[in-house]
Amino acid sequence: MRRPLTLRIIDSLDGKAWLALGVFLALALVAVPVLHLAVPEDSAFHVSTYVITLIGKIMCYALVAVAMDLIWGYGGILSLGHGLFFALGGYAFGMYLMRQIGRDGSYQSDLPDFMVFLDWKELPWFWSGSDSFLWVAILVVVVPAIVAFIFGYFAFRSRIKGVYFSIITQALTYAAMLLFFRNETGFGGNNGFTDFKRVLGYTVTSPETRLVLFGLTALLLAATLVFAAWLVKSKFGRVLAAIRDAESRVMFIGYNPLWYKLFIWVVSAVLCGIAGALYVPQVGIINPSEMSPANSIEIAIWVAVGGRGTLIGPVIGAFVVNLAKSWFTVSFPEYWLFFLGLLFIVVTLMLPQGLVGLWKKLTTRKEGAAA
Amino acid sequence: MTKTILVFLLYACSLSAQAALDAAQVRQLAAEDSSDKVAAIRQLTQTADPDAVRVLQAMADDSLYLAGGKAVIIDGDKAFDAATGAAIRVPADAESVTVNNRIRGELANALAALKLFDADAGVRLASAQKLQSSVSPEMAPLLAQALEKEGDAQIRALLTVAHAQANLGNDDPAARMAAVKALSETSSPTIKSLLLPLTDKAGEPDDKVRYEAIAAVKAIDGRLALAENLGRVFSGLSLGSILLLAALGLAITYGVMGIINMAHGELLMVGAYAAYGMQSLFRAYLPDWIDWYLPAAIPVAFFAAALVGVVMERTVIRWLYGRTLETLLATWGISLVLIQSARVLFGAQNVEVSNPTWMSGGIELLPNLVLPWNRIIIVGFALFVLTLVWVLMNRTRLGMFVRAVTQNRPMAGCVGVPTARIDTLAFALGAGIAGLGGVALSQISNVGPDMGQGYIVDSFMVVVVGGVGQLAGAVWAALGLGILSKLLEGWAGAVIAKISILVCIIIFIQKRPQGIFALKGRFVE
Repeated sequence: MRRPLTLRIIDSLDGKAWLALGVFLALALVAVPVLHLAVPEDSAFHVSTYVITLIGKIMCYALVAVAMDLIWGYGGILSLGHGLFFALGGYAFGMYLMRQIGRDGSYQSDLPDFMVFLDWKELPWFWSGSDSFLWVAILVVVVPAIVAFIFGYFAFRSRIKGVYFSIITQALTYAAMLLFFRNETGFGGNNGFTDFKRVLGYTVTSPETRLVLFGLTALLLAATLVFAAWLVKSKFGRVLAAIRDAESRVMFIGYNPLWYKLFIWVVSAVLCGIAGALYVPQVGIINPSEMSPANSIEIAIWVAVGGRGTLIGPVIGAFVVNLAKSWFTVSFPEYWLFFLGLLFIVVTLMLPQGLVGLWKKLTTRKEGAAA
Repeated sequence: MTKTILVFLLYACSLSAQAALDAAQVRQLAAEDSSDKVAAIRQLTQTADPDAVRVLQAMADDSLYLAGGKAVIIDGDKAFDAATGAAIRVPADAESVTVNNRIRGELANALAALKLFDADAGVRLASAQKLQSSVSPEMAPLLAQALEKEGDAQIRALLTVAHAQANLGNDDPAARMAAVKALSETSSPTIKSLLLPLTDKAGEPDDKVRYEAIAAVKAIDGRLALAENLGRVFSGLSLGSILLLAALGLAITYGVMGIINMAHGELLMVGAYAAYGMQSLFRAYLPDWIDWYLPAAIPVAFFAAALVGVVMERTVIRWLYGRTLETLLATWGISLVLIQSARVLFGAQNVEVSNPTWMSGGIELLPNLVLPWNRIIIVGFALFVLTLVWVLMNRTRLGMFVRAVTQNRPMAGCVGVPTARIDTLAFALGAGIAGLGGVALSQISNVGPDMGQGYIVDSFMVVVVGGVGQLAGAVWAALGLGILSKLLEGWAGAVIAKISILVCIIIFIQKRPQGIFALKGRFVE
């Protein structure tokens, strides 16, 4: 008899991992709000708005990295188009945020400013319902899922894989970027959406709203990690890993790889979409450059730096690379690309298992020496 | 000085001809009202009298004066009677004749028309060409006269068009009919706009002429559309050549090693900067030979890019064999480093690379179809590179080894092909060809650190569509994609064209995952 789902979920992480997760959530949901709101600004323990925005943003990225790891680390499929799903989720939620501006825009119109600027008289059909939070929340999940399903179905059905698949996903996000750059597409052209005022009636920039968004992101990241841990340990996860390692053999045993790949691909896209939706209100802008091929390929390096095929790796990678990015772009802007480029080269050449792999190697060597 | 000589010569001619113009007409040139002046100029032109050239030229040169009720020409300290050409004393009360822009235009036309009777065929040709775009109805008889005398076929053709234009306003329907018929042979937008009023009942009372005009406009439209489509096909061809240059190198490296070199676009950039460097060197040290910097840049670009390629292969790619996805990421890292190096070395702004003088201008096939030389030369250059690669791949030992490794690496190694060395050489070759592509690109687009980024997706599409390791596939795919995207661009705009091409490729791969030309044989993934 199979064990109940709750038990299986609890078993998917070991005691140490649950402890780490608990500490993380306690920090994000209790310590950070208290340090931000209750501790005076001049205190050394005060957590500034800048830090909250930065960490909140990086947690969204970490969510994307985990999604990427699910298909790359566990499915062996390298997508260079995940920025598209991230941006789609962001744009879907951005529509709601634009509608929440109401008549407070610079043209005092019911329409978003950029539509007034284009001399449009009414909302295009795909904007209908965008003033309802619930509808937009559905869009955030469904739009990336549909795009991923259609694209994935055709790509996996004709057994496109390896670098072919990577490049075609890159072309996909590139085409979408060109599309969203057009003013006529109806998503604000190259300025995208910005100048948000409210979310669910609360001011978007108030400390409380920020903290709620921050906490939500942390919760979602934790939930995703638990879900992913359960998923990769389930039978599905094992078939997926088998497909990654020897697709033909799995086919000959009688599994159809198409549905396994397609499922993990759509799940990954949906996670990216949700991350995008959380990202937009925290950062305050979404524009087509989020879909640029360079952004999507950067996601891959977060996963590679942390260590793919592990779940904590992508989170570590997203934090390390993005903290380095914020530090470099402030202190040495002209060296950032050198650093990023060398990171790509060094990680692929010397750290195929990423930082997690390096850590494991160091600890096992120590144990070996002790024994 | 020339003016003086000209006036003097004309004066001498008129003396010998002893021809006098109608004094009243000449007097009217100095009338108060501009319209009177225009009428006088047109009447004088109609006489087709060489003597009229002298007076009109003087008027155009601002040396026509009114003195004592007579028009006189005053040139320095000499004066002549305008009508007869006889020398007279410089009058004291001479009043300058005002020549405004309208009159000046009219004078230029009149002089051009009169020059149709010049003895020199070159002068006649020039004036006939000048009259193609500006003809007044009054010139019709004059043009008819010139046409009758003209022996040169080229000038006759030009004159026929000019005459027909002048006759479009003729009162006689038969004359209009002939004019419309003559004009229906032409293919210029200006003449079409002249004919358009005649297709309307208000503009043309005669039914037959109107129908003829409608047919003529249709014929011209057809030729214009043809020229436009030819132009599109040509720009598609030139885009295809550029794609081919960008993709050829990629096809070789991808074919041999099965890796995607994401830094391929940056190798194009290296080639383009090599062209820029040669241009700077020539400017500094060989300014007289500046037009030849481009041929000199070709080998430099090839070896510069090939060198970068060898370094890449030896230091990074070599260590990642069998791990294609990681190679993709590592080469992306290399591309970032190369982009930033270019920014540091040459600045973040685009640099200026100018066309040599022999590349500017173009061939005019039709009035609205000009093929620019730089595009033609790039198409030729792509052909040259293609031939070079073909010879290298099919007629040399190195090429044979490269093909052997592409087809079956372990087996090639077993029979003694030094596969590791072939990898390096093939990669260098691919990189060098990208460098050549960069030289071509430097002539038609911006040269800057980011220039390579836009080509990687496009050139990989060519490789995907064409099939791996196939030169013929790359050629057909590059030309096909180039022409298709230009045709779509004309029809739906650049962005939509690009998106539909990408969608087409994704659908195409469903049907032919191996590309147009698949390698035949047994393959295990």
